[in-house]
Amino acid sequence: MSAAVEILGTASGGRLLARRVVGFLRVLRDNGFPVGLPEAIDGLRVVRAVELGRRDAVRWAFRSLLCASRTDWRRFDQIFDLYWLGHGRKRASRVAGQKARGPQAGLPGGLVPAGPLGPVLRSQRGEELEAEGGDGRRGGAGSAESLAATDLRHVNDPEELARVTDLSERLAARMRYRLTRRERQRRRGRRLDLRRVIHNSIRFGGTPMKLAYRKRWPKPLRLVVILDASGSMSLYSTFFVRFIRGVLDHFREAEAFVFHTRLIHISAALRERDTEKALERMALMASGWDGGTKIGESLATFNRGYAASAIRSRTAVIIVSDGYDTGPPERLAAEMRQLKRRAKRIVWLNPMIGWADYEPVAKGMSAALPFVDLFAPAHDLQSLAALEPYLAKL
Amino acid sequence: MTLSREEVLGRLGGVGYVADPQLATAIVLMQQLGRPLLLEGEAGVGKTEVAKALAAVLAAPLIRLQCYEGLDASAAVYEWDYQRQLLAIKIWESEERSAEEKERHIFDEDFLLKRPLLKAISMAEPPVLLVDEIDRADEEFEAYLLEVLSDFQISIPELGTVTATAVPYVVLTSNGTRELSDALRRRCLYHYVDFPGEDKELRIVLARLPGIEQALAAQVVRFVQALRKEDLRKKPGVAETLDWAAALVGLGVRDLRSEPEALHESLMCLLKTQEDQAVVPLEVVERLAGRAV
Repeated sequence: MSAAVEILGTASGGRLLARRVVGFLRVLRDNGFPVGLPEAIDGLRVVRAVELGRRDAVRWAFRSLLCASRTDWRRFDQIFDLYWLGHGRKRASRVAGQKARGPQAGLPGGLVPAGPLGPVLRSQRGEELEAEGGDGRRGGAGSAESLAATDLRHVNDPEELARVTDLSERLAARMRYRLTRRERQRRRGRRLDLRRVIHNSIRFGGTPMKLAYRKRWPKPLRLVVILDASGSMSLYSTFFVRFIRGVLDHFREAEAFVFHTRLIHISAALRERDTEKALERMALMASGWDGGTKIGESLATFNRGYAASAIRSRTAVIIVSDGYDTGPPERLAAEMRQLKRRAKRIVWLNPMIGWADYEPVAKGMSAALPFVDLFAPAHDLQSLAALEPYLAKL
Repeated sequence: MTLSREEVLGRLGGVGYVADPQLATAIVLMQQLGRPLLLEGEAGVGKTEVAKALAAVLAAPLIRLQCYEGLDASAAVYEWDYQRQLLAIKIWESEERSAEEKERHIFDEDFLLKRPLLKAISMAEPPVLLVDEIDRADEEFEAYLLEVLSDFQISIPELGTVTATAVPYVVLTSNGTRELSDALRRRCLYHYVDFPGEDKELRIVLARLPGIEQALAAQVVRFVQALRKEDLRKKPGVAETLDWAAALVGLGVRDLRSEPEALHESLMCLLKTQEDQAVVPLEVVERLAGRAV
């Protein structure tokens, strides 16, 4: 960093100012802003161009130059005030005292007690999950990795809960990205349709004036997710709802259903922009249900009412359930057979496979199993991620 | 020629664009640093308008590149005019020229169809290049665009490299449907465009619709501001506010409370999906209108 001061100082002639600007950029970088030497050089140019007396001019110029996303934009003012105006020092030490409230409390980035150079914004590396995947600017997947392997039953700390739900939405986003990227590569390259070209050239006396191309229309992968929301699944369903929401958000071609004693189409409710609102709507729709799980009957509703429109040729049906059916197993088997005829693949995710020495002895489960293409665990986020390569092969 | 912030503000006002000083600062920086400006914000907050106003202020031509999924180089950069090349070959068949000469002629600039990016780079005076909805283009195109924006040159294998004689003013807009790459974000100046506040929106309405009565304009703006707080799928943007205000003027409405039915029917200017229209029944319209007065 001192090298940067060196370069900038000689360039501008104002070493003190250069040092302050470089220091400011360092604080921003510690807070996850994507800034480096080019920004420092431009920053100094800007500072010299605007009238220094006008604080707002400097603020706005720096904000345009140094922010790169909406989150940055929102946090910038606080950090700017803290660094240049020395605001928030008192608050800084107070926040540091209340460690239990976590880094997000109060000020951005979390603060450690003021050092000789004034308050220092602590680097968030490894502390905040956003560092991984979300903006991709920094590495350090440590805590995310371990969370991904935690059985979702054991997540009960509210902060951890928030992280897991966050991670599950992001996982869905990443799956979408990978799956469609494959499609894009296949789409590349256009082939000439020689027959057409020759036919077209007849009216131009044999000169191929009009070229014709063959295009392969890739059929997008469609996902239909059917989620069991019964009591025995309640430990898991919150996470799956989040995950499904992520899937719907990122796959253009996806439908979601929830069942308990009857089947409900929830795509519209889940497409709600605001997560909390979506979950609220979900809860409203699901309320007033009585006990028992009728998998067979719910699947029958799906087969009769929705299958024709929801299932196309390249569709994977994902059923998330523990397989405890209060209805007759023959019914379930019959409906599964019918579903199998339509869908390209049926994936059954059972959170209980992840438990030690689980056998699919539930009557419903063993009745459905012959029609399932992939029977996989879904007790943690890693197992959900493991689905992706399988779906990509469809 | 670099304009100062006050000059930019004044000129934007002169072309009917109500800007805040922050945006003016960003425009000044664009000129100083030669960096593109990335505008993010919800649909309908007036991101595209910024580029149009900028072109008017600088008296520069506006070149627009609308991005979409599958946008490729032949639509964004350049394409050879294949049919004309073929015709030229036919015409010269009888002429006595060497093959090399003919080939050189065929890959001449005459046969080059310039698409927005190449056009922006090859102009003598710097134009304003608007890359609209960059988040809808593929990652590959984004990477290519980044390369063009850092070097301001495009290489055409048959012709050589075209280097910009005048660096265009580049404005990119994004609705945030896809996360943009960090490299592109770093390359750009950033400005987040929010829905305008009541005061600013009123100034926009008055600037764009000079015929409207002040009282009605104020009511309209308060109504729309309140409507945006409702549980809507698609919040009405500034353009919708202007449409609606113009519609009300056309219908001869002078006070929002006077004709609730007509008001409710005219809401199709603001609410563009059936679900949203269902969310705002007549009673809600009356409530909002009552509060807006």
